[in-house]
Amino acid sequence: MTDDNKTLTGAGILWECLEREGVETVFGYPGGAILPAYDALKHSKIHHILVRHEQGATHMADGFARAGGGVGVAVATSGPGATNMVTGIATAMLDSSPIVCITGQVGSKLIGSDAFQETDITGVTLPITKHNYLVTHAREVAQTIREAFYVARSGRPGPVLVDITKDAQQTTCAFDWGAVAPQLPGYRPDLSPAPKEYEQALELIHNSKRPVILAGHGIVISGAMREVRDFAEKAGVPVALTLLGIGAFPASHPLNLGMMGMHGEAWVNHAIQDADLLIALGMRFDDRVTGNLKNYAPNAKKIHVEIDPAEINKNVKVDVALVGDLKEVLDALLPHIESLDRSEWLDQIDKLKGDSAVRDIQNLPDTGHLYAAHVINDIWHETRDADTIVVTDVGQHQMWEAQYYKHEKPRSLITSGGLGTMGFSLPAAIGAKVARPDAEVWVVVGDGGFQMTMAELATIVQENLKVNIAIINNGYLGMVRQWQEFFYERNYQATPLLNPDFAKLAEAYGIKAATVHQRSEVLPTVEAARKHDGPMLINFQVEQEDTVYPMVAAGSALHEMIRRPSPIVETAADE
Amino acid sequence: MLNTLVVYVENKPGVLTRVASLFRRRAFNIDSLTVGRTEKPEVSRMTITVEADYDQARRIEANLYKLVNVLLVENITRESAIVRDLAMIKVAATHEARSHVLELAGVFRARVVDVAPESLTIEITGGEDKIDGLLEVLRPYGVLEMVRTGIVAMRRGSKSAGAVTTTVVASTEAGGENVAYSV
Repeated sequence: MTDDNKTLTGAGILWECLEREGVETVFGYPGGAILPAYDALKHSKIHHILVRHEQGATHMADGFARAGGGVGVAVATSGPGATNMVTGIATAMLDSSPIVCITGQVGSKLIGSDAFQETDITGVTLPITKHNYLVTHAREVAQTIREAFYVARSGRPGPVLVDITKDAQQTTCAFDWGAVAPQLPGYRPDLSPAPKEYEQALELIHNSKRPVILAGHGIVISGAMREVRDFAEKAGVPVALTLLGIGAFPASHPLNLGMMGMHGEAWVNHAIQDADLLIALGMRFDDRVTGNLKNYAPNAKKIHVEIDPAEINKNVKVDVALVGDLKEVLDALLPHIESLDRSEWLDQIDKLKGDSAVRDIQNLPDTGHLYAAHVINDIWHETRDADTIVVTDVGQHQMWEAQYYKHEKPRSLITSGGLGTMGFSLPAAIGAKVARPDAEVWVVVGDGGFQMTMAELATIVQENLKVNIAIINNGYLGMVRQWQEFFYERNYQATPLLNPDFAKLAEAYGIKAATVHQRSEVLPTVEAARKHDGPMLINFQVEQEDTVYPMVAAGSALHEMIRRPSPIVETAADE
Repeated sequence: MLNTLVVYVENKPGVLTRVASLFRRRAFNIDSLTVGRTEKPEVSRMTITVEADYDQARRIEANLYKLVNVLLVENITRESAIVRDLAMIKVAATHEARSHVLELAGVFRARVVDVAPESLTIEITGGEDKIDGLLEVLRPYGVLEMVRTGIVAMRRGSKSAGAVTTTVVASTEAGGENVAYSV
């Protein structure tokens, strides 16, 4: 870095610092309090993507971070611009996604006066950011931006918001990048386990007859795919995945069991419940993967490898905790792992596999009905050999995607897991495409979630992005309808949707579109979308009252699954 | 059980809100919280008492460390420490009761800091038990008003939190010894 001491406005310093942090693209929406920053943008090499709603900007930054592994940046003005970011920030927080949100704020002398478009956004976002800052002087901008990026991407990543007053953007001061290194004396992202803790973990692993690895998002964040694979293979331990762990371990690997939890495959949940050791790698025992904690894996010892000490013993009491970066911890463990024969345990799990969710829907005769599973299965067939990123929304289609699309690589499924944010997929896919322009990006979205952020279709067109959109259209808020079906006596209050003609809507934006009713039309339409030079939207009219199976009802134990009533395949052990 | 945490934080605007918000957000109820300056101008010190079992206390500690402005957390519940609370108690003391109240204050080594025709104001410093004790015996006379600071605490002996510093740049040190998470 050259030591160039020059005088700039706070706004100029902002862009200069973003450039030096490696930022090439930001997602934003202008307004009064951030106008000085936008004025200074003309001197910057950074490409600004104009979104249609600030929530979209945050999801784009999030999708950008998840697809590319860098830090995503979203920009908005004060007041409503900033509050529109709240959902996207909370989404990034719960899924540990590194984004930096820059908001304009009213002039420092007006703070506290309820000025036009004044909101205490650092107060509002306090519990949903990893950290946030209010900047009231130009001289604070540079160090704050450097700290924001460092905090966002280090340790357990997360969103950081930087609120900059209008006068801090306008006034000038000396800028010297080298002189403004982060000063974070209380911040400790780099913990590592004690030798004794490694020994305890090894002892449990070597004494276990029926171990299962629980593989989470932390593997992808840490970049520990290879280490996890080596560990699983050497120790002969099968791997169950969380939703966000999908892609962290190849679907085709013989030790991959599949997704666990509320809509996990039956054999995966049975294996966890029968295990004598759970090795949790970068996951946090969310209620969606444990079911009722009282009888969760009752006979299993637990090892928790986790970078965030506050996750230890939060939901599940563990026997050994290895707090540190997953890659480093596994690197330290690997040389001491003894190869053990666990074929008996693996055979036992294999026997459970007859008992499958995939068993039923794929085997149904083609009665003319189109099922979401068919659509996702066919998209997978078409795109599996390409560098494909599937970005899903939240609900039934999300679970079907997780069940039927077989992900081999990390960062190939992008989905809102922790917060379950409807409307996430379309903007997040834009961010993903910007991060990885050579990847094939598919949005898989329900008809409900699509309408929450569909304004970003304009952003796709404006930026000329090749993003394909598959709407799984069942005319319902499907997952809510499913809960009403199971737990509220089919009282379908407020779940049927009256939808626009999505194909015509897309065409109004200048996006090629098609509507599909028959299974036989799925493959050719997906193929057409892939060949089309530009974005394409496909409206898949699927079976209206299809249900995601299996399902662990809230409050039930993990092995107590509701199964698809099947006339074709007899159910096995699923009481 | 009641845990006593000593929390060193950067002396910056908004840090108290962050700490208080953490307890609210994680559904822990603060019993008392005091905050004040330390021997280092850039460091503030909080004494927080909170009802929590062992595991919960560990999680509170870990969550406090997640706050970027928190420098050091010490749980001194099981340690030998000097713990002090200060109270001012305004008690009704008419002519005939006055000498009794003064006598009681003397027994507790409390000081009378204000005298009025109908009342006495007593200042007492000490552990919470001692203050509770004085309060108990004054009640029959009529406690008109009372204020307590909440406790401040300090470990006995020469050991100090010397590790607390605000000069570390992008710290990769510390952490290790104070935070071992085996169970």
